[in-house]
Amino acid sequence: MIRPVIPLVTAALLFGIGAYGVLRRRNAVLVLMSVELMLNAVNLILVTGDTLRERVTGQVFALFVIVIAAAEVGVGLALVLRLFRLRQDINTDQVALDDEPRAAAPSEEPALALDGEQA
Amino acid sequence: MTLQDVLLSVVGLVAVAGGLAVVTTKQLVRAGLWLVVALGAVAVEFLLLGAEFAAWVQVLIYVGAVVVLLLFAVMLTRAPIGRSTDLDRPALPAALVGAASGLGLSALFIAVFGQFRVAPPAVGTAERIGDAVFSDWVLPFEVLSILLLAALVGAIVLSRPSAPPADALADAVAPGSSR
Repeated sequence: MIRPVIPLVTAALLFGIGAYGVLRRRNAVLVLMSVELMLNAVNLILVTGDTLRERVTGQVFALFVIVIAAAEVGVGLALVLRLFRLRQDINTDQVALDDEPRAAAPSEEPALALDGEQA
Repeated sequence: MTLQDVLLSVVGLVAVAGGLAVVTTKQLVRAGLWLVVALGAVAVEFLLLGAEFAAWVQVLIYVGAVVVLLLFAVMLTRAPIGRSTDLDRPALPAALVGAASGLGLSALFIAVFGQFRVAPPAVGTAERIGDAVFSDWVLPFEVLSILLLAALVGAIVLSRPSAPPADALADAVAPGSSR
């Protein structure tokens, strides 16, 4: 016999650590890593739920979550690289939504608008 | 405590320790490597819980693909090798939220599931999962493939090198009118 409370508590602690990391870290890549920890905690709860009910629904949902996490990381890292190209920095505290890009990249602003039109 | 309980506890401790190292280390590359430890430990928990297929998918996609992508991002953003000084915000609000959610959820799980004992699960094969995915969950599965395609196209559009500025482009286009 196994106690399902052990993996459940592990998952709860991992989720808390991930939440801490998302709020504590300034670097955008580290924030993404913390998000992965939280997603993994949810997967662990889903898989543990299967042992209580003799079904595989939780595992199927865990697989779906893994796929969505992969997509999220792909798009998130594209955004991070775009941010780095615009400002030479991925510190999330430095991102103001309405200000001009730094002088280091003077040609980026019109190009961004052009991208939108082409797309 | 049976053998499986002991193994689950030990592997769970490894996962939690790896996660703590991810959110506290001062070195970006090491955070990625600690993430491998945490995710690998979660994969071992999947194995112990009888979810063999989910465990191997976890190893392939998380440890194999996601962590490599994250390390690529660390390198492409020219992160310093060695200690970084300004990685963290003030600790107090984050610690409050993290501890409240982590310990609160733990207390809830212990209160609700503390006395549960379940039979050790048989090691599940991919066959049952395949049956479930392609009978009950076909529609989410197909929607997920569309989501992946959209994410792929979005990532390509976002990471494309920028075009030259609009006036330069107009100058280039006007004389030759090649476009």
